[in-house]
Amino acid sequence: MSKYTEDDLREELKTKEYEYGFYTDIDSDTFPVGLDESIVRAISKKKNEPEWMTEWRLDAYRIWQKMEEPDWANVNYEKPDFQAISYYSAPSGKPKYDSLDEVDPELLATFKKLGISIGEQKKLSGVAMDVVVDSVSVATTFKKTLSEKGIIFMSISEAIKTHPELVKKYMGTVVPKTDNYYAALNSAVFSDGSFCYIPKGVHCPMELSTYFRINQAGTGQFERTLVIAEAGSYVSYLEGCTAPSRDENQLHAAVVELIAMDDSEIKYSTVQNWYPGNSEGKGGVYNFVTKRGLCEKNAKISWTQVETGSAVTWKYPSCILKGDNSVGEFYSIAVTNNYQQADTGTKMIHLGKNTRSTIISKGISAGKSQNSYRGLVQVSSRADNARNFSQCDSLLMGNKCGAHTFPYIEVKNKTAQIEHEATTSKIGEDQIFYCNQRGIDTEKAIALIVNGFSKDVLNKLPMEFAVEAQKLLEISLEGSVG
Amino acid sequence: MELKEKLLSSYIAFENQNSVVNSFVNELRGEAIKNFEATGFPSKKNENWKYTSLKKVLNEDFSLFPESEHTIEYRDVQPYFIHDIDTYKIVFIDGKYASHLSQTTHEGIDVCLMSSALTQTKYRAVIENYFSKIAPKDNLAALNTAFCNEGAYIHIKKNKVSKRPIQIIHFSTAKESALLLQPRNLIVVDENAHVQVIERHQSLTENPTLTNSVTEIFANKRANIDYYKIQNDKSGASLIDNTFIDQQQESNVAVHTFSFGGKLTRNNLNFHQNGERVESILKGVSIIGQKQHIDHNTLVHHIAPNCESHQDYKGIFSDSAVGVFNGKVVVEKEAQKTNAFQANNNLLVNDKATINTKPQLEIFADDVKCSHGCTIGQLDENAMFYLQTRGIPQKEAKALLMYAFANNVLESVKIPQLKKRINKIIAEKLGVNIGFDL
Repeated sequence: MSKYTEDDLREELKTKEYEYGFYTDIDSDTFPVGLDESIVRAISKKKNEPEWMTEWRLDAYRIWQKMEEPDWANVNYEKPDFQAISYYSAPSGKPKYDSLDEVDPELLATFKKLGISIGEQKKLSGVAMDVVVDSVSVATTFKKTLSEKGIIFMSISEAIKTHPELVKKYMGTVVPKTDNYYAALNSAVFSDGSFCYIPKGVHCPMELSTYFRINQAGTGQFERTLVIAEAGSYVSYLEGCTAPSRDENQLHAAVVELIAMDDSEIKYSTVQNWYPGNSEGKGGVYNFVTKRGLCEKNAKISWTQVETGSAVTWKYPSCILKGDNSVGEFYSIAVTNNYQQADTGTKMIHLGKNTRSTIISKGISAGKSQNSYRGLVQVSSRADNARNFSQCDSLLMGNKCGAHTFPYIEVKNKTAQIEHEATTSKIGEDQIFYCNQRGIDTEKAIALIVNGFSKDVLNKLPMEFAVEAQKLLEISLEGSVG
Repeated sequence: MELKEKLLSSYIAFENQNSVVNSFVNELRGEAIKNFEATGFPSKKNENWKYTSLKKVLNEDFSLFPESEHTIEYRDVQPYFIHDIDTYKIVFIDGKYASHLSQTTHEGIDVCLMSSALTQTKYRAVIENYFSKIAPKDNLAALNTAFCNEGAYIHIKKNKVSKRPIQIIHFSTAKESALLLQPRNLIVVDENAHVQVIERHQSLTENPTLTNSVTEIFANKRANIDYYKIQNDKSGASLIDNTFIDQQQESNVAVHTFSFGGKLTRNNLNFHQNGERVESILKGVSIIGQKQHIDHNTLVHHIAPNCESHQDYKGIFSDSAVGVFNGKVVVEKEAQKTNAFQANNNLLVNDKATINTKPQLEIFADDVKCSHGCTIGQLDENAMFYLQTRGIPQKEAKALLMYAFANNVLESVKIPQLKKRINKIIAEKLGVNIGFDL
């Protein structure tokens, strides 16, 4: 066999397509394209929302109208036409397939590699569900456990109706409607999302959302998530899915708000694998997300993300460390290939005393992609003894891609201790050689090295996800990173 | 009247007064004023000026062309010279050449005036080759180009070594009112030639002055340039220093910036590596207090392969001082085997002091070694305690540790007398009476 070189890999990566394509639309309840006040009202009405919610949305819409689309990020894309988008599309109840046999076998193979259960596979690929599926019964059992503990976990539309007092009190407090262009747009037209409330002192016994992934599907392109952890509680929340997602929507503008009360802890993990466009850079999802968490006294918020999909990513999960002794963490892996562009990072706003934050960001760029880390560490004058450690490492594959770091550090307190370091490198020839010597072929060797490079972050993922994410990285490496 | 309008309306008068033989320069000026009219002064909306606002500085009612000439005696300004070594000197008072304080030469090297270089035909070839070639065409650089008529002109010819360092000193008297100065320097170092330059801006009164200086430096093949900037001005003086450096293969350029004084100091330092096996060194020490503002904005543009750049900036900030560091390293895809390093270390002495730092890497090549590190912290309590147990008073102990903190930069100063002078300024600045020369 001839030697498999990095060039071969690069060639392969150039030609390798996102095998799973898009599904054609099925008949669904879709609004006409365009956006004006009547559409906002109609969305609200459709969801049977109370009057205050409709007003809230309209207010956001008016704010959005006055704002301009930001262009400071290090990404180039054709700006979406906001009047050419349909802002409401409810999935109709009709399944796409009658049995798993009709589903693309490649996709099923991926599912299998990722270790996704049959029940979930069916749901993810749009197969009609049997009445008795393992996961569903598991889900029901867990739902019971949750409600016994007083944990509220439901869709945000449902929460608006059943727990208006909580939604009213917290929604928009961390990410105000006026925050940015996409947050304002989301506030006006959000389709659905999750709501999670952990009562005082409750330690949520399971990773939320993994088991419910199948029940929470189809939340649409303007997702809104609100997680509230009362004093002394703990929750680990998982979002997204390692399975390749077949979203028809070009533009995604989600908002996630986390509120961690005194002594509580929220762990929020994301795996994003949306359609990145083909090898010429055509198509693909624009992912413009606003994620932010607020920490009260002694609280801790930890963001972990694995970003492998989307044509354009624009995402900065942030922590406002308001309470004394609060802790913020950010662990991220961003992989870009072909013409993908990612501008991602975090903001750590130190307001309270003795606040600590850690940032570990790993960027891997291949093909003709651009991968940027953009972060802000801000220490206010009253935040005594604030501590930050940031590390941003980039791995470049080929000289057609780019890796960039834009760290902003603003300190107004003399007791602050801030460290930031960034490195950029490529996979060493000697590393590959060593592996080859030991009988590991080049592709496997690269997978191995990339896995090692990302380990710091992968280790932070909850067990359920970590295994899948590791496999996902490996699958992406089969020709997609080389 | 706003400064911009004032400048634009006074341009015609300036042009009539200062038209030069060289039509090339006249054209450049005309183009530059148009560009300035279109772009104006940079505002905070400009990403490169995010942390530094010129608003307050530009609010003064500047006189653009000082009318009467002020003479100064050497004994009044002697402390501002590095006088214990033999140097060439190019001295300006309020933007006008002061021949009695200067010492120029044409022996193998040209150390003379921009005004003569712009007007005399024998310099024409050099001017057309180099003048305004790397300075950008907008904002402050355009403004400087439009009004340029005086500054230092240094041309070191092939295989020549300037045996003495060259001092460029700009004094401003600003006796009647606020003063705007726009010196323009051109330094061309030919193949295998060496030069050392010390540059200083000094105002002699507390009246506000604003200096918008542009320096273009060309390092040809195997040239070696060692450039020192001393910024220890009075509290009314603001300085915007724009330095652009073009490096050809195997050249070596080091720029040291020592910022201790002034109201607002902004250093735009840009390196463009246009040849292979080039080395660029950027180092700086800033020690400021009160309401001083210092902004280091650096760019190292790696265009050719096998090059190195090394950046090291130390800052010590007390009172309500604001320190800004914005360092950018761009590695183009052809610039393989680049080795770029950037470090920015800061000490905050006081709670009101602010530091904003933004070290940027933009990398398009894969076979490179690029890293940056940035820290913000305070003095080690254990070290302080140790020194105090040895009978060193708190203030002196602090000063010693701060000096040690900055020493990385200081130890690479190649002119011993200059280093001694800087040590003295640092001791004054830290309020101690220690000779740091050990």
